[in-house]
Amino acid sequence: MPKLRRTMMFIPGNNPAMITDGHLYGSDSIMFDLEDATSLKEKDSARFLVYNALRTIDYGKTETVVRINGLDTPFGREDIKAMVKARVDVIRLPKTDTPEDVIEVDKIITEVEEANGIEVGTTKMMAAIESPLGIINAYKIATASKRLIAIALGAEDFVTNMKTNRSPEGVELIAARSQLLLAARAAGIYALDTVYSDVNNIEGFLEEVRLIKQMGFDGKSVIHPKQIGLVHKVYEPTEKEIRHAIRVVHGIKEAERKGSGVISVDGKMVDGPIVDRAYRVIELAKATGVLKDGDLIG
Amino acid sequence: MELVKVGMSGTMESSDINIIIGPSEAGVIEIDLQSSVEKQFGRQIRKVIEDVLKKHGVTSATVKAVDKGAIDYVIKARTEAALYRAADRTDYIWEE
Repeated sequence: MPKLRRTMMFIPGNNPAMITDGHLYGSDSIMFDLEDATSLKEKDSARFLVYNALRTIDYGKTETVVRINGLDTPFGREDIKAMVKARVDVIRLPKTDTPEDVIEVDKIITEVEEANGIEVGTTKMMAAIESPLGIINAYKIATASKRLIAIALGAEDFVTNMKTNRSPEGVELIAARSQLLLAARAAGIYALDTVYSDVNNIEGFLEEVRLIKQMGFDGKSVIHPKQIGLVHKVYEPTEKEIRHAIRVVHGIKEAERKGSGVISVDGKMVDGPIVDRAYRVIELAKATGVLKDGDLIG
Repeated sequence: MELVKVGMSGTMESSDINIIIGPSEAGVIEIDLQSSVEKQFGRQIRKVIEDVLKKHGVTSATVKAVDKGAIDYVIKARTEAALYRAADRTDYIWEE
């Protein structure tokens, strides 16, 4: 079953209370931020804090991500060293403009893994694309390293570079979101949408989540616990979708038992893509608790 | 690790601990701890701080700690950061 990445909650890297409790709000991933949310004077303190947290706290099934400082800063290399050794799940590279940015980080991760007896490839990567150049290079970036599990859109820098600003309708992000999605899908990795900064505008937030879900994004970055449940609700399949998915899965299992290749459900032919979608619907339904493992027996 | 100046890390926010480490000629680690949970956890907080200092070969230092309910990993992280700052060093050791 594929991993769900509907929500990734941003947590400032120098905030002990949030680093300790951040995973308890139920997001699929948590991202400790050593970059923009950590002031220049506290980069070392935040790095020690996140490093010790990762070595101490059991984050359970919540995926841990650390946004490191770029390699063009005095902090990036040390961030990678510390986080790989602390066994973070994913290192997020900010402001990725070219495939070389990814390759360089991959190389350093490999060095640290090799030097410490960690199986090479254990540490995954995610690249945040925040510039027009990054969007133009999206597919090359998405295929630059086997460690990459996702590319993510960082909209604030992007719209500034585009000489515009963010609007409720998000028209300024249509091209970037589309291109990022195409690149991620062509590369076979996840596509994650940007943050929605106005935490009090629930309706605006929901509209944006519905839009990016329909476009095909796997999930969205969130900046407040109250946004998590809202995203999960939008991603929750309807009862009709779940029933159909269960029939598809039962049908395909039956066909496998009989050795027949093609089946039909509700009078329609079921093939590979429909089966894939059905499994995804079931996984989403399980994640939100509307479907239990036992519901599939039959 | 030789202490050459005063180093500080941590904040006065809830769940944090503010630690200030300075050089000392006294030959001992002196810890001045303020914590609302001193009676229950004072001994443990001091132990975490001392363990970090001793591990880095520091046997003489003054430490001022203002605790706001930090748990062990936070105390350890803040002590390490303050220590490296007090030693004016950046050759960090990240253990497996």
